Amino acid sequence: MEASGAGASEPAGGTPRRLQASSPRYGEKAIQGLLAVCGLLSVLTTTAIIISLIGPTVGFFQVVPIGDFLFGTDWTPQFEPPSFGVLAIVVGTLNVTLWGMLFAIPIGLGSAVYLSEYARPRVRKTVKPILEILAGIPTVAIGFFAVSFILPEVIQPLWPGEFLGGATGKPFMALAAGLGIGLMIVPIIASISEDAMSAVPRGLREGAYALGATKAKVAIRVVFPAALSGIVASIVLAISRALGETMIVVLAAGSTPNLTFNPVEAIQAMTAYIATTATGDISTGSTDYQAVFAVGTVLFLMTLVMNMISIRLVRKYREVYE
Amino acid sequence: MVPRNRLAVAGARATTLAMLRNQPRGDVIRNAVFAGFLLLAVLIALAGLVALLIQAFAKGSSALSPELFTNPPSTAFPEKAGFRPAIIGSLELIAGVILFVIPVGVGAAIYLEEYADSSRWWNRLIEVNIQNLAAVPSIIYGILGLAFIVRGPLDLGFILAAGSLTLALLVLPMVIIAAREAIRAVPDSIRQGSLALGATQWQTIRRQVLPASIPGIATGVILAVSRALGETAPLLLVGATVFVTFDPTPFSPDGYSAMPVQIFNYAVRPQEEFQALAAAGIIVMLIVLLAMNSFAIWLRNRYEQRW
Repeated sequence: MEASGAGASEPAGGTPRRLQASSPRYGEKAIQGLLAVCGLLSVLTTTAIIISLIGPTVGFFQVVPIGDFLFGTDWTPQFEPPSFGVLAIVVGTLNVTLWGMLFAIPIGLGSAVYLSEYARPRVRKTVKPILEILAGIPTVAIGFFAVSFILPEVIQPLWPGEFLGGATGKPFMALAAGLGIGLMIVPIIASISEDAMSAVPRGLREGAYALGATKAKVAIRVVFPAALSGIVASIVLAISRALGETMIVVLAAGSTPNLTFNPVEAIQAMTAYIATTATGDISTGSTDYQAVFAVGTVLFLMTLVMNMISIRLVRKYREVYE
Repeated sequence: MVPRNRLAVAGARATTLAMLRNQPRGDVIRNAVFAGFLLLAVLIALAGLVALLIQAFAKGSSALSPELFTNPPSTAFPEKAGFRPAIIGSLELIAGVILFVIPVGVGAAIYLEEYADSSRWWNRLIEVNIQNLAAVPSIIYGILGLAFIVRGPLDLGFILAAGSLTLALLVLPMVIIAAREAIRAVPDSIRQGSLALGATQWQTIRRQVLPASIPGIATGVILAVSRALGETAPLLLVGATVFVTFDPTPFSPDGYSAMPVQIFNYAVRPQEEFQALAAAGIIVMLIVLLAMNSFAIWLRNRYEQRW
């Protein structure tokens, strides 16, 4: 063994062959360059988003003081004089997101634990794709469902009387949009959390069973903490999706800016303001036009923070178990 | 030897079961309650999906007819209104998305998986950037389309091609992420074998890596296209209008329409006839999308290669 090892480390005689291509292969270099340009295009998209947001936003802040925008509580751009207090529509968005998450977190995590720990392989193989179909339903269809079914057939009959102002006779409310958004993000939470739980090594579960733990204890005290970063990542990503959802809030939540977390009030979300204001005929450079971009900047920054947290956490759980 | 082994296993199983039966009653109850809660969660999620489908059919079946596909929209005569320009607009939008997204998306994925050195900061930047772009709200892409494509630097105007490009940018990160996963799943030994036989890197990619990853890439493209097909919000900002009564063309400045935008417009009208039209449009879209998604899942299962 030793002798042959020493022999192999010596050159066999003569000059060693150089492992180089026999021609320069410019074509290869050109293709590599072309592919790199495709990769760079995504960076250009982000740059273009930031540039298109910044210009009109800066213009907007020359007309409306930044303090009035960030801390004002009245959003009445159509009044004379107009008031641009973005808090009213930020809270509108948060109101809908809050109720959506209160619905989606228990349902999504429950489904994830069921699919990863309790369901038989065959059940898992059928239920998971069905849940993913839910993720592929256009949001305009979910918004229509929220306003024409969830609101009149679920919320209004079940709402306890005059609690928080009562639910009867209201054509729009934050809760209807919230539940619609909840339905939309259940598959996001369920799918990513289930992946994270399935990635927890079997040995951890078997160790706990050997110590006498019940199935519920293994799920709650072993699998859940071990998959926590993936679970939190899925929730953060879901919040980001909920903040940016447009069609469901346009159809079901109304268009009255309202600084409240009351679920049965009509509200206006940031996305709904953008979608209903920036349609085709708005004139470039008007304060309304610039306000759309200022609101867009706030929304972009909120989702950016969420996305960065989620990307970090996903990376963390990948490093641990893969 | 074998019977004795079997005896030992049976004994161990009996002991375990006996021990499990001896678990404290509280634990057993808590276990059952927990399992019940989990099942309830899954059932609520599935019930939401089923209710959505049933409601769309209940409301929309009265408006389902062949005229839905052949008649233009109308505010005055809801009983004659249809989706023809919207359907044609959506098909053209999607064709544009496919033309743009396949070469660029797959190209970017190949670059990131096969060429890029992931220890370099700029390549890591591209990666994080794509992950973030995949979660940027669609309405922000609408703003980008309005300020950058319709007006501003590209200045295309409110034409169908501008809407198509906006949707393409929106789903591009999805395609890149799916294509990267498909390319990553091809084992390194295939590449090394090809390189050892004297193929260049591009020859290796084109003749070995790409053919092996086509099912995964196709799945990703179909899912991305179905997302683009159902997207409404960005189109509202880049000029998809509603009462287009002619068949839209890609570069005509006369305007264009799309299926989800048309559905949205019928849905906000309170009259029963328009609500039925919206529901009928939703049924048509759900059928198309379900077919596309099922095809993607079938493709994934049929051609998934275990190396």
